[in-house]
Amino acid sequence: MLDRRRFVADLLADRGDLLVVTGLGSATYDAAAAGDHPLNFYLWGAMGGALMIGLGLALARPDRRVTVITGDGDFLMGLGSLATVGVKQPNNLSVVVLDNGHYGETGMQASATQAGIDPVATALACRFKQACQVSRIEDAGAMRALLHSGEGPLLIHARIKSEDTPRVLPLRDGHAIKERFIAALKA
Amino acid sequence: MNWPDAIYAQFRRVGIRQVGYVPDAGHSRLITLCQNDPAIADVVLTTEEEGVGLVAGAALGGQRAALLMQSSGVGNCINMFSLLRNCGFGCVVLVTMRGEFGEFNPWQVPMGSITEDVLKLAGFLTHRIDIADDVGEVVGAGCDMAFDGNLQVAILLSQRLIGRKQWTR
Repeated sequence: MLDRRRFVADLLADRGDLLVVTGLGSATYDAAAAGDHPLNFYLWGAMGGALMIGLGLALARPDRRVTVITGDGDFLMGLGSLATVGVKQPNNLSVVVLDNGHYGETGMQASATQAGIDPVATALACRFKQACQVSRIEDAGAMRALLHSGEGPLLIHARIKSEDTPRVLPLRDGHAIKERFIAALKA
Repeated sequence: MNWPDAIYAQFRRVGIRQVGYVPDAGHSRLITLCQNDPAIADVVLTTEEEGVGLVAGAALGGQRAALLMQSSGVGNCINMFSLLRNCGFGCVVLVTMRGEFGEFNPWQVPMGSITEDVLKLAGFLTHRIDIADDVGEVVGAGCDMAFDGNLQVAILLSQRLIGRKQWTR
């Protein structure tokens, strides 16, 4: 099982011009802990919406790589959007599901992945070009390479430890997060 | 010009590049026009709330997006609409109305009768259109307000405008 903070930090190391959308809760904190960046679009709500934001962005900017980093709760709420992504086949879109099998923000209640609902099989059934599971930190480098050059749409199912991590809170003002992102992307 | 063509002409004028939709019979001609336009990415959604994320992502990437849905779909979006308000994403939603004028199916009435109120509560400016000749002008004005001011605008295409659904085969 992966240490989520170390895994996300490894994924985002030397990120170049990667565009990142983070799902609400711990995924947002993990990305912030890896280093605040203007090309991070942090979600603090809109649960279930992270992947669709990634799709709109990937369609708008086919010249850039887009990565959605989210938790199993947000992913499961937006399961239908895997089909929507599968129809459009954006080759520049990746999604990383940080799966601890729990709703961490609300008291660690079990999520559906803990009962065996399988993000990799779901993604492949939805015509993702590739999907894989990762649970060893030694594989983080290969996963990072997928984000930068793997053929999408692709999904990385990261099995992470369910331990509590300290909150690292980035910008919370939605207008500021959006305007900063747009300005950095135009620059 | 018929009214779906009038909407499409406004999409072209303001540079809509992505259109998300859950199909509705009333939107079928407009959907076809968008699908046939290589400048527009048409995105069929499994549920309308996905479209809210699509609009936000498109805007982050510098593109304008519009959503097409039936009145029942508005109810599926409510929490996700918070994304638009929290971040100030301009958004145009074209809603074909059911559950009102001459509705045959009572299951459409509970959501159709509260659609405009729900949109207002969620922070949308709403315009209701009953007359085909008004469509181009109203949609154009709505698009300008949405994208010039980063506002959320919903245009309700009434069941009287669209025509009562015919249930006879």
